[in-house]
Amino acid sequence: MSEVPGVSDAGALLLPDLDDETSAEFWAGTARGELLVQACGACGAWRMPPRPMCPACQSLSVRWVETNGNASIWSFIVPHPPLLPAYAELAPYNAIVVALDQDPTIRFVGNLLAAPNGAINEVDPATIQIGEPVRVVFQTVEDVALPRWVRR
Amino acid sequence: MTRGTQDRSDGGVLKDQTAVVGIGQTAYGKGLPDSELSLACQAISAAIDDAGLRPSDIDGLSMFSMENGREVDVARNVGLGDITFFSEVGYGGGAGCGVVGQAAMAVATGQCTTAVAWRARKRAAKTSRPWAQVDERLGGHQQWSRPFGVIRPVDEIALLTRRAMHQYGYTRDHLANVALAFRGHANRNPVATMHAKTLTREQYMNARWISEPLCLFDNCLETDGALAVVITSADRARDLPQPPAYIHSFAQSIPRQHQVMTNYFNDDPLVGPAWVCARKLWNRSDFQPADVPVAQLYDAFSPLVPLSLEGYGFCARGEGGAFTDDGTLEWPNGRLPTNTSGGGMSEAYVHGFNLILEGVRQIRGTSTNQVTDPACSLVTSGEGVPTSAILFRR
Ligand SMILES: [Zn+2]
Repeated sequence: MSEVPGVSDAGALLLPDLDDETSAEFWAGTARGELLVQACGACGAWRMPPRPMCPACQSLSVRWVETNGNASIWSFIVPHPPLLPAYAELAPYNAIVVALDQDPTIRFVGNLLAAPNGAINEVDPATIQIGEPVRVVFQTVEDVALPRWVRR
Repeated sequence: MTRGTQDRSDGGVLKDQTAVVGIGQTAYGKGLPDSELSLACQAISAAIDDAGLRPSDIDGLSMFSMENGREVDVARNVGLGDITFFSEVGYGGGAGCGVVGQAAMAVATGQCTTAVAWRARKRAAKTSRPWAQVDERLGGHQQWSRPFGVIRPVDEIALLTRRAMHQYGYTRDHLANVALAFRGHANRNPVATMHAKTLTREQYMNARWISEPLCLFDNCLETDGALAVVITSADRARDLPQPPAYIHSFAQSIPRQHQVMTNYFNDDPLVGPAWVCARKLWNRSDFQPADVPVAQLYDAFSPLVPLSLEGYGFCARGEGGAFTDDGTLEWPNGRLPTNTSGGGMSEAYVHGFNLILEGVRQIRGTSTNQVTDPACSLVTSGEGVPTSAILFRR
């Protein structure tokens, strides 16, 4: 188990099920340091979140495309308690939604960090701007590599 | 009154064929000792009494999927007749008008003659606050938001709110307009949780954050309680004691590529489920937004109100914030008195079902913030989730 900045019990954090049939490839990608997007194996359309069938052409064929990891901030919040204990300990922290440079309709929820190994409560929220360019970094929590973001 | 499109192939077959003829509820509270099943039965029983009917007259049931008390238990407790129609609608706060409208559809098509629809909810119940339940690991849509601390419904809606502030120019003053209007209505509603508590703009601005940019007063209440309505045919309604609130138009929607609550993953996330629901609602209606004198808009969070004002066509896209200026939502002088019982933010939060009863009271003329002789009365259910809406008429 790895240390999580600012959290005394990382086991109390909410983490994805790495065995989920639909998204296991995504989390395998983050573990390798890759931000993957699911693409249709037939028509090529990108989609997020991952799902079994392409809504454009109904194909079940799937490709995983590595993105360049560049995005911009689409929205952000600063949660305060009451929160689950592991998150209350970090609050107030930021959470952001980013839009990928390569396709702005592909978005991810994440956090803005001051440095790749930083905590989610270190950036002054007053400085966060919608539209700011960011790039992905990966933080390992237990057996999961979570995609988070730093300014670029 | 302007004439809308009256295409029977577009759901118009339901128009004015059914009515809400009974309403009932329990007291609101926190930590009520009764079970959700007991609360449901009390509200249903009260609604049947209000309608001047007997429990054995009820042969249809329509409820939220989240109900703890199930159909068979409700029917055996309340002493209902032989049930020939039962259905449920999911997605929490989006289901309120859905369960009433589906009951109306069942009555109009003869699957049953008289139905009840209800919601019973206790804050402490296990199903009441799903975000507080920590599973071992997350699957489904939660895995894309919760690991990053977007955990509660307020966090999910705050992300859309910040975006609306950026893209549309919504301000905290706009959100305060909503909170203060509804609080003012609650101050004149003796059963409202916040009946005795006034709210000033200064108190709003100084309130503690819950999820910036949303503060305490942008959030709905947490309430224990139950509410129910009785729906029957227009023919039967004319012989019953209460003035019928006719179900003039009803619509539901899950817009294409919608994702429940964390709806950040489609082309245009600020165009929520209200938009499709509204298009159908007005297509099936003789009334249009300009004809509507009073509204109950789902308000789990204050920003859902300006977003709904846009979706249901009371103003243009992006203008929902500014629409709330100058007391527009306030009884009695505003253009559109809204949430006239205090709504989810100041009367009670029972997944929006109290909005339905208030919409009926406006038609009956019995609201404590009564609009003068409204020809129709709009009620909407949750925005940001698969939703529904009803337009009642006299
Ligand atoms: Zn395809």
